[in-house]
Amino acid sequence: MTSYQFIWFLLIGVLFSGFFFLEGFDFGIGMSVRFFAKNRAERDTVIQTIGPHWDGNEVWLITAGGAMFASFPMWYASLFSGYYIVLFLILVALIFRGVSFEFRANMQTDTWRNFWEWASSIGSFCAAFLFGMMFTSMIQGVPIDKNGDIFGSFTTYVNWFSIVGGVAVSLLCFIHGLNFLRLKTSGELRERAEKWSKILYPVLLAGEVVFVILLYLTTDFFTLKPMSTWGILIALVIFTLAAWWGAQSSHDWASFIASGLSLISVVVLIFNGLFPRVMIATNSANSILIKNASSSPYTLHLMTILTFTILPIVLIYFIWSYWVFYKRIKSPKQAIE
Amino acid sequence: MLNIGITMLGLSRFQFAMTTVFHFFFVPFSIGLAFIVAIMETCYVVTKDDTYKNMTKFWGKIFLYSFAVGVVTGIIQEFQFGMNWSDYSRFMGDIFGAPLAIEALAAFFMESTFIGLWMFTWDRFNKVVHCLFIWLTAFGSTLSALWILAANSFMQNPVGYAMNAAQHKVEMTSFSAVIMNRQLWNEFPHVIFGAFLTAAFVVAGCSAWRLLKKDHEHFYRKSMKVSLIIGLCACLGSVWSGDTQTRYLINNQPMKFAAMEGIYKDSTNKGDWALASGFKGHDKTWSIEIPYVLNILGHHSLNGTFKGQQTVNKELKAKYNNNSQTRNYYVPTKTLFWSFRIMAISAGLFGLVAIVGLWFNRKKSQSIMRQRWFLYLMGLMVWLPFIVNTCGWFVTEFGRYPWVVYGLLTIADAVSPTSTVASLMFTNIVYFLIFASLGAVMIILSHRVLKQGPDSVITDGYSTEPQESDKKVDPYEMGAAHND
Repeated sequence: MTSYQFIWFLLIGVLFSGFFFLEGFDFGIGMSVRFFAKNRAERDTVIQTIGPHWDGNEVWLITAGGAMFASFPMWYASLFSGYYIVLFLILVALIFRGVSFEFRANMQTDTWRNFWEWASSIGSFCAAFLFGMMFTSMIQGVPIDKNGDIFGSFTTYVNWFSIVGGVAVSLLCFIHGLNFLRLKTSGELRERAEKWSKILYPVLLAGEVVFVILLYLTTDFFTLKPMSTWGILIALVIFTLAAWWGAQSSHDWASFIASGLSLISVVVLIFNGLFPRVMIATNSANSILIKNASSSPYTLHLMTILTFTILPIVLIYFIWSYWVFYKRIKSPKQAIE
Repeated sequence: MLNIGITMLGLSRFQFAMTTVFHFFFVPFSIGLAFIVAIMETCYVVTKDDTYKNMTKFWGKIFLYSFAVGVVTGIIQEFQFGMNWSDYSRFMGDIFGAPLAIEALAAFFMESTFIGLWMFTWDRFNKVVHCLFIWLTAFGSTLSALWILAANSFMQNPVGYAMNAAQHKVEMTSFSAVIMNRQLWNEFPHVIFGAFLTAAFVVAGCSAWRLLKKDHEHFYRKSMKVSLIIGLCACLGSVWSGDTQTRYLINNQPMKFAAMEGIYKDSTNKGDWALASGFKGHDKTWSIEIPYVLNILGHHSLNGTFKGQQTVNKELKAKYNNNSQTRNYYVPTKTLFWSFRIMAISAGLFGLVAIVGLWFNRKKSQSIMRQRWFLYLMGLMVWLPFIVNTCGWFVTEFGRYPWVVYGLLTIADAVSPTSTVASLMFTNIVYFLIFASLGAVMIILSHRVLKQGPDSVITDGYSTEPQESDKKVDPYEMGAAHND
């Protein structure tokens, strides 16, 4: 493995971390539209919190996918073709939730407004669930042949662990979204978000325990890398507890950062467990390795230079745009008063 | 003609065609409209005329719908290389992935961030800064076109690479060669001019419909004037870039050129250009021909000849086939022939309508309001750019058959070995239904915006509908109004 290959494996991890941190609350907000907000005015406020941001957040996914294509074509090709139907459903979910924000605001009847609100909530939930399912199914090892093609059966994709993984990720996203609401709104909406996360955190912790047990039973993470795996899992639980404490004591920022970090620790857990592979095959001889999956040194070199030039600039205006919309959004009632 | 049947390959190709064509309804429209809106806002900043501000907001609203649909259908594009064409991705990742990643990094972040800022900050930044946001959005979306076309241009005309035969893939040897690919600098201007033209004639056509109803004359006449000026320039640009691109094909992809012109046997020095023809296989059965035009178009001279498809096929067979192979290199002639004619004839029509429209619409004259037939014509022409854009891609992509990467990889070798007819049937049907509904919603919403008219933006900013402005609060407007 060359150092460029290692850097790019890390970078893909960083991009997916960024995606889950940002799109995580984005999905959570999408779910909240119907599952949390009570009336139309609340839904307006909820959607407004991500209005200027959802599009940019989704670009993290596009960048992660593009970077994977550029740096590890063999990984990209195997994963994307092997998870054909899962990714297709993710695309459908992303389409519905994506257009829902724009379309909803301009519907004239309640029926259609409801329709797009449900599209946003179900779409966001399905996208988060399916991403969780995809990654937890992937780390169990999948039937890969010599050419790197995955010929999986239904249970390759849908099994107990992948379902638990899907639920855990969507729940994490939902709570992350509630924590974002606590930051961006005030009054009743903020208080209720706090109340909900207080209740949901014990559920999440229970889910994490089940997740760890199944991780132990179905993956080779604990045999290959016991120390780092335990370390990351402990970090995950600590972040969860910290976010819970933040909800108890009204530390909105602490909760938000902690729930974001727990999403990132899931990504780190997966990438740490994969290393030095990118795809785990049931027949370990067919596993796809970092050293065999990457682009040529020339392309990796080029991409490294370009990324380290462009990404800092992107981060500057990306963060600046969040800073512009930093202030809490007043609920419609307060605005009228 | 082509074996697009119910086979795994046929369905994969159909899916790519369907998703790309649908995506490309919105992409050029968004790119062009971003510029038109940016120009309108710039006019507002410079002249401080409120009509321009209202124009910016009003057409900006339609731009936002188109942008949203463009974004969500764009993710399909990136994913489907891996999903449906995994062997292509393995073969091409080294070269294709790089521009795609840069596109996301350099272009998508820029357009998505600044469009968010532009949408919600009408009252928060001074005019110049706010105007800068839409320019950055437009600039970002143009950059995205550049990068994805860099990738496409490699597929049309591979440069700056080396074959890695052992691993059966291409490797990049020179990024600058990939970027300086002549194909790219023929293709990119043509796409961008096409984008301007699309948006310009949609704005002009929609304005024409409203003028037929004698609605907001001042507003729509001004919109029409701005868009027709842009449309006329874009039309000239399209013709120019189309010409350079087509002439580049004569040597670079001779089969594509021969099929576009329907030349089966080598052309004679007379240079007959077929205006319309019937086809049997790849040869013409009848045709209406104009002498010399072919030579004028192709060689910019009265003399010269062109190789026909028959000759080109022989040459390509000699070049690419092993002894045992019998593969032919014909492309769907009829499709290319007619697609090219639709493009060429439409270009003439666009130019003519723009000139006549600008004349009728000149200041102090009321003739545009009296020439109702002309407004009808312009109104109907709203749909034409979308058809023309699709024809352009038909020529480009069908004309490369049987290659996916010209001379290096065939379409049949590119498809995912894991795909099945059943899963492809399912995804094709679902995509089709989704696209049909998204298209319908887009049309309904744009129509509604037009019917509400510019008053909805004049009175209270963005999109509160007048009849229920009391109870309905548009979240986008609230962001601007109540954030501070």
